[in-house]
Amino acid sequence: MNSIDFVLNGKEVKFTGNPAARLLDVLRDDFRLTGVKCGCKEGECGACSVIIDGLLVNSCMVAMGSINGSTITTIEGYCETARYAVLDKAFASVSAVQCGYCIPGMVLAAECVLAKTPHPTEDEIRVGISGNLCRCTGYNAIVNAISIAAKEGNGLW
Amino acid sequence: MTMNIGGSVEKKDHAQKMSGKALYVGDYPLEGVLYGKLLHSSKARARIAEIRLPEIPEGYFVVDKNDVPGDNNVNIVKDDTPVFARETVEYIGDPILMVVGPDEAETERLLKAIEVVYEELPAVLNVRDFDTVFFEYDFGKGDIEKAFAEADKVYTEQFETGYQEQAYLETQGMIGEPQPDKMTVHGSMQCPYYVKGAVVRAMGSSPEGVQIKQDTTGGGFGGKEAFPSILACQVAVAAKKAGKPVRVIFDRREDMEFTSKRHPSLCTYKVAVKDGKITAMDIDVIFNGGAYTTLSAVVLQRGIICSSGVYKVDNLRVKGRAVKTNLVPSGAYRGFGAPQTFFAVEMIMDHIAFDLGLDPMQFKLDNAVKQGDATSTSGIYHFPVPLPEMVEKIDAASGYREKRLEYAIAQTGRYRRGVGSSMFFHGAGFTGSGERDHIKAVSKLHKYPDGSVEILVSNSDIGQGLKTTFSKIVAHELNLPYEKIIIENPDTDRVPDSGPTVASRSLMTVGELLRRAAIKLRESWVDGEDQIVEERFKEPDFLIPFYIDKFQGDAYPTYAWGVNVIEVEVDTLTGVSKILGAWGCFDVGTPVDLNVVLGQMEGGYLQGIGYASIEQMAADEKGRIRNNSFSDYIIPTSMDVPKLEVIMHVEKYPDGPYGAKGAGELPLVGAPGAYIGAMEQALRKPINKAPFSMDDTMKVLQGVKL
Repeated sequence: MNSIDFVLNGKEVKFTGNPAARLLDVLRDDFRLTGVKCGCKEGECGACSVIIDGLLVNSCMVAMGSINGSTITTIEGYCETARYAVLDKAFASVSAVQCGYCIPGMVLAAECVLAKTPHPTEDEIRVGISGNLCRCTGYNAIVNAISIAAKEGNGLW
Repeated sequence: MTMNIGGSVEKKDHAQKMSGKALYVGDYPLEGVLYGKLLHSSKARARIAEIRLPEIPEGYFVVDKNDVPGDNNVNIVKDDTPVFARETVEYIGDPILMVVGPDEAETERLLKAIEVVYEELPAVLNVRDFDTVFFEYDFGKGDIEKAFAEADKVYTEQFETGYQEQAYLETQGMIGEPQPDKMTVHGSMQCPYYVKGAVVRAMGSSPEGVQIKQDTTGGGFGGKEAFPSILACQVAVAAKKAGKPVRVIFDRREDMEFTSKRHPSLCTYKVAVKDGKITAMDIDVIFNGGAYTTLSAVVLQRGIICSSGVYKVDNLRVKGRAVKTNLVPSGAYRGFGAPQTFFAVEMIMDHIAFDLGLDPMQFKLDNAVKQGDATSTSGIYHFPVPLPEMVEKIDAASGYREKRLEYAIAQTGRYRRGVGSSMFFHGAGFTGSGERDHIKAVSKLHKYPDGSVEILVSNSDIGQGLKTTFSKIVAHELNLPYEKIIIENPDTDRVPDSGPTVASRSLMTVGELLRRAAIKLRESWVDGEDQIVEERFKEPDFLIPFYIDKFQGDAYPTYAWGVNVIEVEVDTLTGVSKILGAWGCFDVGTPVDLNVVLGQMEGGYLQGIGYASIEQMAADEKGRIRNNSFSDYIIPTSMDVPKLEVIMHVEKYPDGPYGAKGAGELPLVGAPGAYIGAMEQALRKPINKAPFSMDDTMKVLQGVKL
């Protein structure tokens, strides 16, 4: 009764702490999912992106109380999927990962782009990842990687 | 198998970072680790009259200057940056003390309950009002008075540039862990041995008493060159006092307001022209150093050495000053003083070309140096200067010449276009004799009986791909599979001091040491044995010795070159400008891994475009940085420059590995000149400042004075 119940990376979990706590802090500190990065805690940078019920969300902007009954995927869960394997290969092939801090969020942004538009144009990719800041790459390699994944992962999305 | 040096491989750290498994300093388990929170000065300049502490519960500590066991000076270049503030505070953000404790909320509550009584002192908040000069240099050559007297025309202009925040996605963070026999500090950093030197001094310890380990680092761009030394000293002092590990992870606002950023600049140029050629330049450079000296001396040196640009200037006078203000200390940022002066020299060249009715790119090319010409410091450009070929390449890609002519014709309608260009270099490696006299880099290879080889160097992979490029070099020379090469994050207990990760030196200088070490190992290789080889820096023998007191000689062994073209479209109704295309032709010698090099060029170029256009940061009348979040300090997103094209040109450097030169900083340097040049053409107005934002565009459109 007094818990917030949700599905996290495919498992049913309960949270009994403060419902006003940030999802970002709970994922990192309570569930030890440190692939969810903290870049600003103000909803600006996208490093803490997770997928909640199919939508890309900045987890720093979400109170625990609002996620009862939701399904949440973080990079830790997503990296077990066949879709991740395709993105992994594509990102590696163009060296799209530099410092890596934006990458877990960026990968989930890529998933959301492809889930919505399996064969996106370059513009659609750029719009889809525009809430995720990257200071290292200039974005070209990331955009290329997502394009490559769309081609190579034909049928997965 | 033979490694394809130019081709690309999966980066060594790809899998860990891609899957979110890589551990950054904030990702370590929290059990048994105390939270540290800094109390920053809220006054720009004041004497600390009194500090009133609340009751401090058991298990909590307040750490300040009196707890520093060694010297309360952070070992940077000079002795003025304190570990914790002395009797006075010198800028808003100066660290006064740290509260340390097991519960984060309680630690924050205690911090807020502390009352500091300040006696305010007069503060210098505008660089034009400076009264203290930290560093002053001047040098020159030729007969400047004669050249000005004989000139057809003399141009005098002033240029101003603002702050730029590194905005690495991972904020500064450090953990101090007291061990029975030493202090271990690990965290986000570029230069483990700089940090070690600082902690040894602050702790009053022996070198053996301090161990520094780099954690996976979420970007640096210069911002993690000197600042981590300060934070490391603070956590080490706190961990020693508490007898437990202490971690400090900055939040974004703290990081943006209180850590070093690019020096704002004020450059005055007087240029003589005779028969369509530049005959003299008289240059005055002022950098806003902020409250402490940190790296201002070396940033200024590079800035003034670059101040005459890529041009042949036989009569030259340069004066440079880094001045004190009561603002956050400025520091290292990709380009290290050069983006400021290159902006100024490119703009005045544009303005002169405009006045003479010449195409700026052609005018610049006609005045550019060639192989064998003298540098600003009377050294020599020892190697070919490929600017003419690079201009052809970029013109072919961008259509610059045609567009420049087209947009010069009076434009009508709401949308106006412009195209601008810049030419620039990056002096590869440390300025002057730094490598030979100060760094004295050592690198090691450790071969294990199973035939794997570990690279032991102190250079850190902060995203720029050093683990990958170093491994490729060693694999190539040893004919080993790339997978057999091991490279971990540096730990000063395990790696020799191969110098800091700065100045675009790592691949060119340390990569070459590793190449030579690998050859040595290959020649002495015995199967099944444990072997270690070592290689030390040797200065190339062609160099004209550099004397810093006179600014004479070869400041750099070689140069990486760049040409940029940027095309904009300005909406004259809204002031919004769109970048239609950004082209960059870059020569960094042989690319050791093409993907890695392209990643540096594209990322650096976009940072430079941000610096020129949207990245605005300023302090208010109290000296507080107002743009302290990603809501107020805007960096480029994936939608800002959809068309950014990089074209590589290769002019090999014989003393770099396989012909490689320094790469990391070059792509940022030329962006402001090209962007502002384009904005000038679109707006039909000279512009003397960067960044040039939408607000500035609106002011120009509405006839408001800038």
